[in-house]
Amino acid sequence: MDVQSSTPGVVLKYVVSPNDFTRAGEASSNVKNILKQMGISPDVIRKVSIAMYEGEINMVIHANGGDITVTITPEKIEMVLRDDGPGIPDVEKAMQAGYSTAPEQVRSLGFGAGMGLPNMKNYTDEMKIDTVLGVGTTVTMSVYIS
Amino acid sequence: MAKFYNSVRLDESLCKGCINCIKRCPTEAIRVRNGKAVIRKEFCIDCGECIRICQNHAKLPTYDSLDIMKNYKYTVALPAPSLYGQFNNLYDARVVLTALKLMGFDDVYEVSGAAELVSELSREYVRTHEDQWPIISSACPTIVRLIRIRFPNLIPHLLPILPPVEIAARLARKKAVEESGLAPEDIGILFISPCPAKVTYVKAPLCIDKSEIDGVLAIKDVYPHLLTPMKQAALGPENLAISGKIGIGWGSTGGEAGGLLSDSYLAADGMENVIHVLEDLEDEKFHDLQFIELNACSGGCVGGVLTVENPYIAQAKLKRLHKYDVVARSHLDTTPVKDPGWQNKLEYEPVFNLGDNLLDSIIKINLVEDLCKRLPGLDCGSCGAPTCKALAEDIARGLASENDCVQVMREYLKQITSPFSMLDRDFQKEKASEEKEKKV
Repeated sequence: MDVQSSTPGVVLKYVVSPNDFTRAGEASSNVKNILKQMGISPDVIRKVSIAMYEGEINMVIHANGGDITVTITPEKIEMVLRDDGPGIPDVEKAMQAGYSTAPEQVRSLGFGAGMGLPNMKNYTDEMKIDTVLGVGTTVTMSVYIS
Repeated sequence: MAKFYNSVRLDESLCKGCINCIKRCPTEAIRVRNGKAVIRKEFCIDCGECIRICQNHAKLPTYDSLDIMKNYKYTVALPAPSLYGQFNNLYDARVVLTALKLMGFDDVYEVSGAAELVSELSREYVRTHEDQWPIISSACPTIVRLIRIRFPNLIPHLLPILPPVEIAARLARKKAVEESGLAPEDIGILFISPCPAKVTYVKAPLCIDKSEIDGVLAIKDVYPHLLTPMKQAALGPENLAISGKIGIGWGSTGGEAGGLLSDSYLAADGMENVIHVLEDLEDEKFHDLQFIELNACSGGCVGGVLTVENPYIAQAKLKRLHKYDVVARSHLDTTPVKDPGWQNKLEYEPVFNLGDNLLDSIIKINLVEDLCKRLPGLDCGSCGAPTCKALAEDIARGLASENDCVQVMREYLKQITSPFSMLDRDFQKEKASEEKEKKV
C-alpha cells in the first residue's frame, strides 16, 4: 500500500493480485478499518466496504487483478478500480441482477452470483464504468459523507 | 456507573514487562509502560486472553471470594452449566446441586434452567425478526462488548434478550423471598462463573440498569469444596434439577444455537475466529443464516479462565452427562418471565477513533501511514506496543514517541556516535602504524 499526503485528504493505493481468492477482500477490509478510525458514520462505512469488496472480487474473477485508489476527503470517499482485463462487452447486461459470466469453478466457491455490479451501484451514490474491449476497465464509485 | 469497567487486574510485583500479553490481546488494549503492562480500559473487552497467556501470573481475574456468602441471611447458588463439565464420573447433575447445598448454600437455581427459557424466547424472536437475520447471540458479555466498540453495523443484529444468568437471578430471588419470608436484600444471589467477563457484566451491565446478581464466584474456587459433599450427595440426591439437554448444552459451543431447533446457524468460538466471522458478517458475506452463536472462549463457556478442566474434556463430559436426558425441563408456560428483553439500547462506542473530527482524523491517518513507512515493520513489541502500526497510532494520539522504537533509536545512536567511531578508527590506524615502526 502506498500513501500520498495531499491535504485535506487521505489517498490509499492497493494492488489486487490476480486469481488469488484467499487474498481478495484485503484492500476493502483495510479501508474499512481506516474509516472506522476516522469516525466516519457506520452507514457510510458499510456502503464503502461492501461496494469495494464486490469490486475487488470482480477484479480477481474477471480481470487478472488490477489496482485500487481510494481518496477520502471531508466530502466523499472515492474509489477508482482499474484493471487491464478483457473489458465488459455489454455493460447494460452486466448491470442486471443475476447476470453472470463467471466460470463454473468460481461459482462453486460461492462467488459469481451476478450481483457484483448491481450491488456496487446500489451501495454507492455515484458509479461510472469506463471499459474498452481488450484494454481494460475502470470503475469509479463515490459515497458521500453527509 | 462507569462506562468502561475491566475484570482484569495487574499484580505489578509479578509483571516482568514482557510482550506476551500485548501480542495476544485481540483489541490491542495493552501497552508496556515503564516496564509494566497497562490496560487501556476502553479498549478491553474482558476476553481473558492476557490471563491465559501470562506465564508470570501477573494478570489476575477479579471475582468475589467465598466469604461473600457470610454477608447474607440466605444464599442461592446459580451454577453455570459449565460447572457440570468439571467432574469425573458425573452422570447426574443433581449430585452437584445437592452438594452445593451441603457446602453451605441455602438453595440452588440452575442457570441452565433459565437458559431453556431464553432458548424458547429466542426461538420466537428469531422467527418473528426475519428482517434482522442473522441474529447474533448476546449471552457472552465479551462478544457484546466487542461489537459495541468495533462493529457498529452489527448492533441491530444482537439478540436483545437478557442472558440466562440474569433471568436465573430474578427467578431465584423471587423463589427465595417466597420460601424464606426474608426481605429481597437479605438474599444473596451468587453466580458460580466460568469467566471474569460476568463480573464486568454484573458491575457495569450494558443493557439493564442493575443486575440482580449479588456476587460472582469462580468455578475453580467452588470446585474443591464440592468434591467431598458430592460423595454424600450421590447416595441420595435432592430433586433440584430444572434443566435438560438444551440447558446443559449451553455450556459448550453450539449449545445455544442447538436450543433454537433450527439448522440455519453457525457457531464460532475463540477470539480470532469470532472476529473473523464478525468481519465477514459486516461485509454481508453470509446469506440465508438465521442465527450466529459466538463465544469468546475456545470450546464455549467450558473454556473460561475460571474453570479447572481442559475445555474439550469438559465438553465431552457435558455431552455424556445429558446424553439420555429429557430435552428440556423448564418451559415458559409453567415458568413465565416478566420483561426478559433489554431495557437499554446498546450504543456504539467509537473508542478507536484517531481524531476529534474528520479533518483531524485525516491528518492523523496520514501521519500513521507515514510513520508505518519509517518504522521497521518488525512488530517486535519492544516499544511496548504490539505492532509498529499500533505504535504509530499511539504516536498520532500523542501517547508515545518515535524514539520508543528500539530500531529507530539504534539508528539514531549510530548516527550521533559515528564521529567517535571515526576517531576510534583513526586512533587504531595510528596505533597499528606505530607498532609497525617499533618492529622495524
